[in-house]
Amino acid sequence: MLRTLLTDYTFQTVSLGAALLGLVSGVLGSFAVLRRQSLLGDGVSHAALPGVVSAFLLTGSKNTEILLAGALATGLLGTLLITAITRRSRVKFDSALAIVMSVFFGGGLVLLTLSQRIPDANQAGLSRFIYGQASALLQRDVILMVICGALLLSVILLFWKEFKLLCFDPQYAAALGRSTGFWSLLLSFLTVLAIIIGLQTAGVVLMSAMLITPAVAARQWCTHLWSMVTLSAVFGAASGVIGTAASSLIPQLPTGPTIVICVSAIALVSLFIAPGRGILARALNRSRGRARLVMERRDGHGPFN
Amino acid sequence: MTDFAVRVQDLTVAYDAQPVLWDIDLEIPRSSLVAIVGPNGAGKSTLLKAMLGLLKPVTGGVTFPAGLSKHDIGYIPQSEHVDWDFPTTALDVVLMGRYGHLGLVRRPKKADRALALSCLEKVGMADYRSRQIAGLSGGQQQRVFLARALCQEANIYFMDEPFKGVDTVTEKAIVALLQELKAAGKTVIVVHHDLQTVPDYFDWVALINMQLVDAGPVSEVFHDKNLSRTYRGTMPPLKGAV
Amino acid sequence: MDMAPSTEIQIIAVLIGAACALPGAFLVLRRMSMMSDAITHTILLGIVLAFFVTGDLSSPLLIAGAAVIGVLAVWLTELLRRSRLVAEDAAIGTVFPLLFSIAIILISRYAGSAHLDTDSVLLGELAFAPFHRLTIFGVDIGARGIYVGAALLLLNVVVIVLFFKELKVSTFDPVLAAILGISPTIVYYGLMTLVSVTAVGAFESVGSVLVVAFMIAPPASAYLLTDDLKKLFWISAGIGAATGLVGYQLASLWDVSIAGMMALVAGAVFLLAFAFAPRRGLISGSLMRRRRRRDFAAYTLILHLYTHGDGIFSGTELAQQLRWDLSLIDRVCRSLIKAESLTTLDGRYALTNAGILRCHELIETLFASPRHQPAAPTNSPSRG
Repeated sequence: MLRTLLTDYTFQTVSLGAALLGLVSGVLGSFAVLRRQSLLGDGVSHAALPGVVSAFLLTGSKNTEILLAGALATGLLGTLLITAITRRSRVKFDSALAIVMSVFFGGGLVLLTLSQRIPDANQAGLSRFIYGQASALLQRDVILMVICGALLLSVILLFWKEFKLLCFDPQYAAALGRSTGFWSLLLSFLTVLAIIIGLQTAGVVLMSAMLITPAVAARQWCTHLWSMVTLSAVFGAASGVIGTAASSLIPQLPTGPTIVICVSAIALVSLFIAPGRGILARALNRSRGRARLVMERRDGHGPFN
Repeated sequence: MTDFAVRVQDLTVAYDAQPVLWDIDLEIPRSSLVAIVGPNGAGKSTLLKAMLGLLKPVTGGVTFPAGLSKHDIGYIPQSEHVDWDFPTTALDVVLMGRYGHLGLVRRPKKADRALALSCLEKVGMADYRSRQIAGLSGGQQQRVFLARALCQEANIYFMDEPFKGVDTVTEKAIVALLQELKAAGKTVIVVHHDLQTVPDYFDWVALINMQLVDAGPVSEVFHDKNLSRTYRGTMPPLKGAV
Repeated sequence: MDMAPSTEIQIIAVLIGAACALPGAFLVLRRMSMMSDAITHTILLGIVLAFFVTGDLSSPLLIAGAAVIGVLAVWLTELLRRSRLVAEDAAIGTVFPLLFSIAIILISRYAGSAHLDTDSVLLGELAFAPFHRLTIFGVDIGARGIYVGAALLLLNVVVIVLFFKELKVSTFDPVLAAILGISPTIVYYGLMTLVSVTAVGAFESVGSVLVVAFMIAPPASAYLLTDDLKKLFWISAGIGAATGLVGYQLASLWDVSIAGMMALVAGAVFLLAFAFAPRRGLISGSLMRRRRRRDFAAYTLILHLYTHGDGIFSGTELAQQLRWDLSLIDRVCRSLIKAESLTTLDGRYALTNAGILRCHELIETLFASPRHQPAAPTNSPSRG
């Protein structure tokens, strides 16, 4: 049965798309998580709605590229706004994110009701936007994802040093004369692009997970940025494929949520068994360590013998 | 014997398996100005937090004299952990010191407010009572927290490096306050970073470097031999040490 | 009770708007705004589980279940955070999509037949609120939404008023709270339960995402408008209520989504506060900065005159000495002349007596030592 699955054209398309999604969001998500901007994915996904609807209203077309372009536009606009609010007022990142996200989404709803007056508009698109419909991926969608994904990854590779510095020591970067504002914005833009690409597959809420969870899992195993980013991409891609396979084999299992369950399971396992810092390792260490301490103290030893 | 303010017994504190404090036995006498000194990373702040019950030790514990309740203990931390953008004024922060005395649902009364204001006056910050705290300088913020601890009307005060990085005005204010507190019979326990001023400001000292090197009156215990044991030869010669 | 549906809707909007803003203020202050988003998304799971238990879509148990799952999500997030393996925001972003996905899978597999309208869970629709009536003993006493809204508002007001100081101190300084005997953990879970209950009650009317708008935007606006905590709550509730009202009016005027319009209004109010708030807004911020730069330039200049030579220089000489543009020198001197600190002597600038006094003041303030004064210029005929 597995064999028929693997040779099935739809499965190949969807799982490739899902794998790409997992890979790209794993990479971008690592940076977002390290910069404490994990929920940017959630925010940007919601902020994309008015863009999607506007694109439709303005062009009358439901062509994927056009809708995605609209999503990108408002996603970027939202990111700019969040940055502006955070930098120029005492309102913090989390509040700015929540405001932009919900207000833009509300704007999208308003536009949607406006679009309802147009005769051939169809609101099935909204459902797809929120929950994603991985199974509806077409080959051309996947090709688009490949192109955009390759673009994103090459930019990341190109400016690796700058992004790394940005994540770990923005103040140092500023002192070195590198414009942190610019790089910060660039990284946010790349993240927005990654989100928009994945949006039609995973939907809004689930896109958040794909941006965060693989990175959280990878963090437990790696101490270097490059290994964390790579492992995060691997976890993301693997969840994409396994999730798609599982949802094809088991009836009535929607693809997007299944992928999330996969990656969350990977994260959970990582949190527990990662050597050295995992929960199990630490509990073992602590009880052994403390027992040793108590014994040593009792035997009159000093702190180091 | 209730002549002590705090008693520490067999205290060992560790982060995971890494010991930070090892087997500390200490009895701090009442109504004294106590300095806790030691090199960086020696566990001084950890000792303070353990005494305040903010940490759980691996072994041993801290006892206070019977009858001491939670609002008999005042704490002035190193100021970084507070939310400076919080919408609250200097007077408001000081007033929060009274919350331990009020019951669960009760509101601060006029007497509480008057006390808060007088505490602000004592540290010279009465003019800033309506200022939002982010608009204050570092030294001024420190003084507000001092006032808050005073407002608690505690019996024992714990301070974590109150003199670090403050301006001369604030430093003088803190020293004057210490004297006042001692005259009123309170105990003040201070993690202190500046060895030069220990004999001037304090009458009792505990030397910590993960273990207790020595503890006692400054005149008896604060000498070169103990200091070099504490700092393991990393310390330049001190003037004024006994 | 016989009210027009539009009136009922507006009452609900006002009540919900005010009720959400109150716990939302604490989320904003604690930098946990996105927790509102997380909790509203986990509501779906609570409803699904409660539905499995009761089999009844209109059971009040659904609301209870949703609130409980909300707190569960918070607890899981706390667990993750406390393990120190995951940062706070990442913890939120790991837990709630998982719970949401579980909910969707459960719905797809087991509740496909029941009419569990997931769209309305996320989006809500105030327009239908008048159709859900509350009947007691067969008597229709009004739209259910009104009673839910009123109950939420009452609950929030009572809790916040009663425990104001506990909430305040544990938000501002958890260490002090712990020392004073107020457990920050208990306060935290109490607050999150309040947020959860409020979110559940509100989503029925306005949907998940817009609960976030109502919880966060009004308090964030208020945060820019006041430094007093009590006023913050009043202003938040006021803005929330007004948002509900204005949002509905505009929505019915233009015939668009009510909840969406309300979110836009909330955003507009925030934008206005961001730009125009009296002290913390963009405009007043840049005005203040400009004024401070002017003042700084002014007293740099007069102090310069005070401490250099006989204190009489031409504009060009000053421009050379201070390395400023001549136009800047002229501008600053003009304003100083108007303030009577400066005067002209054969086309050159000199301090007036008032100006000298001002210098003394400045030195005292800036150098905080009344006895320290740089030597006065040797040649100082009385001027002015």
